[in-house]
Amino acid sequence: MKRDIILSGVGGQGILSIAATIGLAAVDKGWFLKQAEVHGMSQRGGDVQSHLRISENTVHSDLIPFGQADMILSVEPMESLRYLPYLNADGWLVTNSKPFINITNYPEAKAIYNEIRKIKNHILIDADGIAAELKAPKSANMVMLGAAFAFLGIEKNYFENAIRNLFGRKGEEVVAINLSAFNAGIEFAQQYLNR
Amino acid sequence: MQKLLVLGDEAIALGAIDAGISGIYAYPGTPSTEITEYVHASKEAKEKGIIAQWTTNEKTAMETAIGMSYAGKRTMVCMKHVGLNVAADPFMNAAITGANGGMVVISADDPSMHSSQNEQDSRYYGKFALIPILEPSNQQEAYDMVHYGFELSEKYKVPVLMRITTRLAHSRAGVARSQSREQNTMSLPSDLRQFVLLPAIARRRYSGLLGMQDAFRNESATAGFNEYIDGSDKSMGIIACGIAYNYLMENFPKGCPYPILKIGQYPLPLNLVEKLVDATQKVMVLEDGYPLVEELIAGLLRRGVNVSGRFDEKIPRSGELNPNIIAKALGLTDTYGLPEPEMVVGRPPSLCVGCPHIDSYNAMNEALRKYSKGRVFSDIGCYTLGALPPFEAINSCVDMGASIPMAKGAADAGLVPAVAVIGDSTFTHSGMTGLLDAVIAKTPITVVILDNSTTGMTGGQDSAAFGRLENIVKGIGVEPEHIRILKPLRKNHEENTQIFAEELNYNGVSVIIPTRECIQTLNRRMREKFKIKTI
Repeated sequence: MKRDIILSGVGGQGILSIAATIGLAAVDKGWFLKQAEVHGMSQRGGDVQSHLRISENTVHSDLIPFGQADMILSVEPMESLRYLPYLNADGWLVTNSKPFINITNYPEAKAIYNEIRKIKNHILIDADGIAAELKAPKSANMVMLGAAFAFLGIEKNYFENAIRNLFGRKGEEVVAINLSAFNAGIEFAQQYLNR
Repeated sequence: MQKLLVLGDEAIALGAIDAGISGIYAYPGTPSTEITEYVHASKEAKEKGIIAQWTTNEKTAMETAIGMSYAGKRTMVCMKHVGLNVAADPFMNAAITGANGGMVVISADDPSMHSSQNEQDSRYYGKFALIPILEPSNQQEAYDMVHYGFELSEKYKVPVLMRITTRLAHSRAGVARSQSREQNTMSLPSDLRQFVLLPAIARRRYSGLLGMQDAFRNESATAGFNEYIDGSDKSMGIIACGIAYNYLMENFPKGCPYPILKIGQYPLPLNLVEKLVDATQKVMVLEDGYPLVEELIAGLLRRGVNVSGRFDEKIPRSGELNPNIIAKALGLTDTYGLPEPEMVVGRPPSLCVGCPHIDSYNAMNEALRKYSKGRVFSDIGCYTLGALPPFEAINSCVDMGASIPMAKGAADAGLVPAVAVIGDSTFTHSGMTGLLDAVIAKTPITVVILDNSTTGMTGGQDSAAFGRLENIVKGIGVEPEHIRILKPLRKNHEENTQIFAEELNYNGVSVIIPTRECIQTLNRRMREKFKIKTI
């Protein structure tokens, strides 16, 4: 069993908090991990991506080969499409629907959603909206993680532990908010697939 | 053994702490910054009394490390690849003086130029200096190699270079720590003239260095970082350097059929290279960076060994390697997902909302409007993004500190007014000497020192210029009435534009210092101050 995941977004959106949670869950389960990150110039509002590779067996390359990612997990819809060359034929595209517009030639959101809907396996989720409903606007990334959960091959308790570990020092309240955001993401994904 | 999930850079930092360094010196530079940052923030390092300092530039970092080595203690010095150009003088000569306490130099290369102006290969510097080079293939090896590097440095009394690339520096994996060594006590070199490179002594030291080359090669053959892995298919042999080994193995999950020589240490182990060449019909070299190994084995006339790689362009000559490039080079099935839809547009990095440079550039651009375009020489930092729309404010970015001397040279050629734009940290890194040249010659240039009180691009490390800029500029001899300090805010736009206009009009050296804190460090300070919960 292995999962190769491209995490994508815009510099400053915090994709690494999702990566850290998945990473912690995977290592807790006894899996190997490699995670290539983007530091430096692109963090200033540019497109950023992280290659997260988790596996029962040793991971060699820090980079996922083109055409072999099992998932693109994106906190920004246009950015999710940028990495399609990495996705394998049965891979999942899980993306937030809220555009992050810091360029003048950003395409129509509708056109982006149409393109996303062309992908066989996809989940398009308004993570910011769901987080706002939960009165946890900063937990949109955990909603995204929840939406991706079913395809990650790791049992739920490992993620719950990871969230407790990562947010524990910020207090029980923050842990509870993030757990509920994670669960809301799981629920949304189930409904989305059964629709 | 418990494994820590750390970046390659952090693995090196942990290795340095565990190998018993007493000091680590660096100037921030992507992708090397996180090494020193880790030691700087480490409670453990603090308890051990390890000095972790951001120095004014890479040259002073290297020289400080040489001094610590002279006094018998272990030291690490870190920089990005182009930083080694700045430190090249002490680096080359440190190979001649040799070390006393162990000294390991880390140079982080950036193939594909993710955050750099070139993709030079630091292995050439190690070869140039005739010292051992280590090149880890993964994070654990990076940790282990730091231990070994210090042993090697103290055994032969030479500095050791470790070359890493962005992909290793900024990728996370599990690392297990091994033994922790005590720091050295202070002890001076047994020969007090070892570091005196007068010609007579330097000649003797240089012969000594040349005399150790066979021993270095022998270390490369026996230390275990260079490994001959046999394979059944002798139609080809593969030499895989550093992380290229991972991309190779990614293509052969069940094992590689070809014999492999995995390289992690230089000078190249002659006997192992010979063994591979003799056993196989042709050799493919996989190396990130320049085709250093391939060229060495091929020779100028390429009449000997049948060898392929980047030099004969079986592999693209530039850019970082990846598993797909290796698959293609080896004739394996390449994979690719769906094409990127045409609607996806580029999203280049940009100045942050609220960045002080925005207001500085707006004022400068307006004041320059009455002159012809192409007068602004700039430098390395966040403000280099001012080259992009909407500002299109600068016309050069060459190396740290180049802005001021370039403006002077252009002014000497008749381009008046000529403007230099440089950040506060870059100015103290290597802008001050250029300003002195201009002051001595009374060249009509306008120097803009964008003072955001930090080293911004690399994440907000302390700037050596902090609180000192005005006095430094005065001390260099700029006339006080032509040192103009302003606050770059939108509400001051007209006043600031006027100041720019006045100084552009002055027939001598003027320095304008727009001063306002970096929005990123300001936000970080405020979050810490008010303990705002972030997720």
